[in-house]
Amino acid sequence: MSKVDDTKHVAADGQEKVPTASETGGPIILFFMIGLALSLVVGWVIFPKLLYSQKKQPIDFNHVQHMELVDDGCESCHFFRDDGSFSGAPTLAQCIDCHEEVQSDTENEIRFVEEYVQKNREVPWLVYSKQPQCVYFSHVAHVKMGNMDCVTCHGHIGESTELPVYEQNRISLYSRNIWGKNIGGFKKNTWDRMKMDDCAECHVKEGVRQASVQTGKGGCFVCHK
Amino acid sequence: MKHTGNIGKPKRYGMVIDLDKCTGCGTCMVACMAENNVPFKKDESNKLDSITWLRVYRLTNGKPYPDNEVCYLPRPCQHCAGKHEGHSPCVSVCPATATDYDQETGIVSQIYTRCFGCRYCMAACPYHARYFNWWDPVWPKGMEKALNPNVSARMRGIVEKCSFCFHRYQKAMEKAHMEGRRELEEDEYQTACTQACPAGAITFGDLNNPEHKVHQIAQPDPAKGGRPRNPKVFRLLEELETNPKVYYLSSREWVQEACHKPHLLDQKTAHH
Repeated sequence: MSKVDDTKHVAADGQEKVPTASETGGPIILFFMIGLALSLVVGWVIFPKLLYSQKKQPIDFNHVQHMELVDDGCESCHFFRDDGSFSGAPTLAQCIDCHEEVQSDTENEIRFVEEYVQKNREVPWLVYSKQPQCVYFSHVAHVKMGNMDCVTCHGHIGESTELPVYEQNRISLYSRNIWGKNIGGFKKNTWDRMKMDDCAECHVKEGVRQASVQTGKGGCFVCHK
Repeated sequence: MKHTGNIGKPKRYGMVIDLDKCTGCGTCMVACMAENNVPFKKDESNKLDSITWLRVYRLTNGKPYPDNEVCYLPRPCQHCAGKHEGHSPCVSVCPATATDYDQETGIVSQIYTRCFGCRYCMAACPYHARYFNWWDPVWPKGMEKALNPNVSARMRGIVEKCSFCFHRYQKAMEKAHMEGRRELEEDEYQTACTQACPAGAITFGDLNNPEHKVHQIAQPDPAKGGRPRNPKVFRLLEELETNPKVYYLSSREWVQEACHKPHLLDQKTAHH
C-alpha cells in the first residue's frame, strides 16, 4: 500500500516542478553551442594535430644550392633509366661524385659525409609523395609523353632551401602530401593534393580514354596494380 | 592540349593455348605464382581454399588401356568480354566496382583494396578462375624479400585472379614511352606463363592485331562474338556466350567435345 502512495506522491510532486519550455531553452541552446564549438575545435584543430606525426629528414637538403650546380634541372638527380623506370629519391651514387670529401663546414654536411658517405650507407629519405602499395604511377608517361613539368604535382620543392617536415598519418601511415595540408581536403593548386580524384580530374581534362565499363571513367588498371 | 590521350587502337589481349603441345608439367603454374605473389600454405591439398590463378586440369577420354588418352588444360582467367564488350559475368555482378573491364586493353581488372570479399564474382564466374583469400598470406622466412614489387600483395578477405600479368604491360609501356612510342611490339608484353612454358604451348598477344600470332591462330570473328574461324580452335563453354579471350587449340575431337566446342554440341543435340 505504501508503495502506491509513494509513487502517487512523486508523480504529483514531479508535475509541479516541470519547467516550461521557455525556461529551459536558454541553457540547453547554450549547452549545445558550447558542445558544437568544442567538437568543431576538436575535429578541425586538435584531431589533425594528433593524426599526423612529424618527422625530420635524416639529413637536410638545399634544393636551390644544388639546382645552381647542375645542368639538367630536376632530371640531373631524379632521372629516368633506359627501361623507362624512374629513379625517384637519389641514392649515394649520385651524391658521391661531389660529396666524397666534406664540402662545407656546416654540421649537416659533416654529418652527411661521416655517417653516410664514408660508411657507404644509403640515406633513408622520407619520400613525401610515396603512394600506397596499390597505386601504379608512371613518371615517364607523364613527363616524357605528356610533357608535364615536375611542379604540377610536386609543387615548388625545387626552389626550397631546406626540406619540409615530413608528416605521417598515424593510422594509414601515408605521407600527408597525399591528403594535402588542408584537412578539409580543399585545394588551390594542382600540387596541393595527390589523391585519386586529382589524378582522375587531370586525366579527364587531358583526354585520356575513359575506358572503364563499370564506371564510365578511367580504367582501374591505369593507375592501380 | 589533348596530347596525352591514348591514341592507339583499343587492344584485345588474349591467349591461345595449344592443348596438343601441353605436357601438363605445371611450369606455367609455378611461374604465375612466383610472378604474381600468389600466397600458398603448407598444406595445399584442399583445392577449395587454395589459390592458383592459373590451374592445370587433367582431362581424360575415359577409355580403358590401350585407348586411354590424357589431355592437360591450363586455365587462366578467361577475360570474358560478354555479349557486348565488357559484360563479363564477374564485372556485371560486382557491387564494389572492384573488378572492371578495360576497353583499352580488354583486360578484366581486380583492385584488391576495393574488394570487400562478398564473392559474388566467384559465384558468377563459370570458369572458377577467381579465388578467395581465407587467410592473410604467410611467406616462409626470407621469401618476402623475393616478392615482385610490381604486384601488390593481397590480404585476408578479398578475391584475386589472373590479370594477364598486367604489370608487365605497364612496364613495357614505360619502356615504349621512354623511346617515344605509344604502341608495343608483340614480344614486349608477354605473360609469365607464356614465357615459362617449355613446350611453347601458350601464345599471347593482341587479338585485334592481324600481325600478332594469336590473331593468326585463333582467327577471331568479331561478327560472332569473337568465335574462332580456325576449325581446330575453340573456347571453353562457348554456349554461355561469355566471349572469353583465351582460346584453346586441339586436333583431338574428344578434347574439343570435353570443352564444349559448339558444332559438336549442335551435332549432339541433332542426334537426340
